[in-house]
Amino acid sequence: MALLMPMAAHAADPIKLGVLEDQSGDFALATIGKVHGIQLATDEINAAGGIAGRKLDLVIYDTQSDNTRYQEFMRRVLQRDKVDAVFAGFSSASREAYRPIVDQLNGLAFYNNQYEGGVCDAHMIVTGAVPEQQFSTLIPWMMEKFGKKIYTIAADYNFGQISAEWVRNIVKQNGGEMVGEEFIPLGVSQFSSTIQNIQKAKPDILMTLLVGTAQSSYYEQANAANLHVPMGSSVNVGQAYEHKRFKPPSLANMYVTTNWIEEVDNPASKAFVARWHAKFPNEPYINQEAENSYLAVYLYKEMVERAKGSTKRDDLRAVIAKGDVCFDAPEGKVCIDPKSQHMSHTIYLAKVNDDHSISFPKVWPDVKPYWLGDSGCDLTKKNPNAQYTPSNPPPKS
Amino acid sequence: MPGFDAVIGFLYQFGDAAAFLVLCASGLAIIFGMMGVINLAHGEFIMGGAYTTVTVAKLGVPLPLAVLCGALAAGAAGMVLERLVIRHLYGRPLDTIVATWGVSLIASQGTLILLGPSLSDISTPLGSVEIGALSYSVYRFVLMGVAAAILLGLYVLFNFTRFGVLARATIQVPHMAETLGVDTRLIYSLTFGIGAALAGATGGLYAPTMTLVPTMGVQFITEAFVTVVVGGGDVFLGTAPAGIVLGFIKSGMTTWEGQLAGQIGLLVAVILVIRVLPRGISGLMLRERA
Repeated sequence: MALLMPMAAHAADPIKLGVLEDQSGDFALATIGKVHGIQLATDEINAAGGIAGRKLDLVIYDTQSDNTRYQEFMRRVLQRDKVDAVFAGFSSASREAYRPIVDQLNGLAFYNNQYEGGVCDAHMIVTGAVPEQQFSTLIPWMMEKFGKKIYTIAADYNFGQISAEWVRNIVKQNGGEMVGEEFIPLGVSQFSSTIQNIQKAKPDILMTLLVGTAQSSYYEQANAANLHVPMGSSVNVGQAYEHKRFKPPSLANMYVTTNWIEEVDNPASKAFVARWHAKFPNEPYINQEAENSYLAVYLYKEMVERAKGSTKRDDLRAVIAKGDVCFDAPEGKVCIDPKSQHMSHTIYLAKVNDDHSISFPKVWPDVKPYWLGDSGCDLTKKNPNAQYTPSNPPPKS
Repeated sequence: MPGFDAVIGFLYQFGDAAAFLVLCASGLAIIFGMMGVINLAHGEFIMGGAYTTVTVAKLGVPLPLAVLCGALAAGAAGMVLERLVIRHLYGRPLDTIVATWGVSLIASQGTLILLGPSLSDISTPLGSVEIGALSYSVYRFVLMGVAAAILLGLYVLFNFTRFGVLARATIQVPHMAETLGVDTRLIYSLTFGIGAALAGATGGLYAPTMTLVPTMGVQFITEAFVTVVVGGGDVFLGTAPAGIVLGFIKSGMTTWEGQLAGQIGLLVAVILVIRVLPRGISGLMLRERA
């Protein structure tokens, strides 16, 4: 491909970015903002002269919260639209649906979403936070404050199962005790028995790793049954802004580790929110994945410019391998880890107050996505195109 | 008193599960169990009832009246649907599946387009009560009472009122009823409307406890069909024992091994019942009585 498009001819052609995000269906609530984040960054970059002198062009498809749409559109953007990179995916199921296609067609995809971690794939760059960033900060902090008995309720699919495994391991490492764990099928909306089981186990901390609109009925039902155990989560607030949508105090006393939400109170965030509202005045909430999507465009710009205008994946990965591809995002400075192609993040501990306002009792700057690299994934040497978990780590070689 | 707590706890679980099944199924018991219309839009009637209830309640109307508004709105929508679509499909169960599925898709996607991906909710009223070491939501006890009252009301309506006799006559032998001067078109329409109104009431009753989204109907429909299939054709003799038996299985399995086991128990039960009692519990009871 590069032979057919020599550098000189590039100069006028725009760089094309494919955007596959859910703008309708079950996940739309949390993902429309991701598209807006990419559009905002693109407008800003184009207004400032583009990337290495080339304009940025977006090819946007609505994936309708449907995994088969991801597969169709991923083929379309890579084969027909011939985009330079793709920004795609919310649920882990959708990512695993399209990832083999990116691998097969030799594309480059950004997954701009927090998730259960473990994807070791040179075709993927992950800008969202992972469990070692969200849980190894949150759980020890909560155990010190509230006690050592932990109960987990989690959605019964890859995200919930793997996240719960992380919780289990971190609780054990910190001398805590799991007093209960329940996996709940997606779509369950009645929680009386779950609430009672939690009351009987008397945990100090409840980890809620619930996903989807049906499961979010849990909070109101627990509140009505007067269950007020401090809750910890890696998914609530930062994605579907439950604290804005639900009537207080159903989410009170919840602690979430997030790499950014619109309440973050620093000058860069305030300016970011102001720019956002100037372009999208009716945005109900700017969530964590919206910021991840925004910063991903700037990271891409940084990589392409340092690769002297090349958009070839190998050239970009050679830049990443230097280990200093960073961007000053609204959350703070973020950098790409060359071994796993995941991001370091500033992690904010968000506390939901009784009136559903947010306060930040603690901030951890520059938290590295260390797990994949430490356990043997090194994309600068070898590309296994695989997803690993703590109980299924990369093979030692 | 851990023993006492456990007994009360289980009775509450059981009552809660049974109430949910009965309320899910009450409207469908009429539309599917009695009239034989496989109504895949049942969940959307529930969603419509929930949306109406919450919207009206936010205007300051007390919750019981708001639930009534939800029921009436769903009932009216049901009668319109009966007149426009269902009426032409009596006795064609496969066609009603396709038609009502289409209606269901239109209703949930239409709501998404018109009202957005979620509606802000109202709090669960009445607070909580402590019994022994556990605390319970008082509103869930109200739901149990309402479920029992609705069953009793349906029993009285279909067995001791003139409308009930006419409705049963119309559905059993329509041409004979017509010969005797019954306005069967009106009876069909009203019966379907009552079924839809009960679905709307269910949505309204559960609205304060749930997240309101256009696809919320899906969260009710499996339980509704399972209960009606297990119960069989008789609205009262079927739905009540089915709710009790399935509620017992579901709460027992869930308390024992978690939500997944509860769901599995429910589905295994329905498979066994279809195999052993193809006409459901009421089929068995009516045959033995005869």
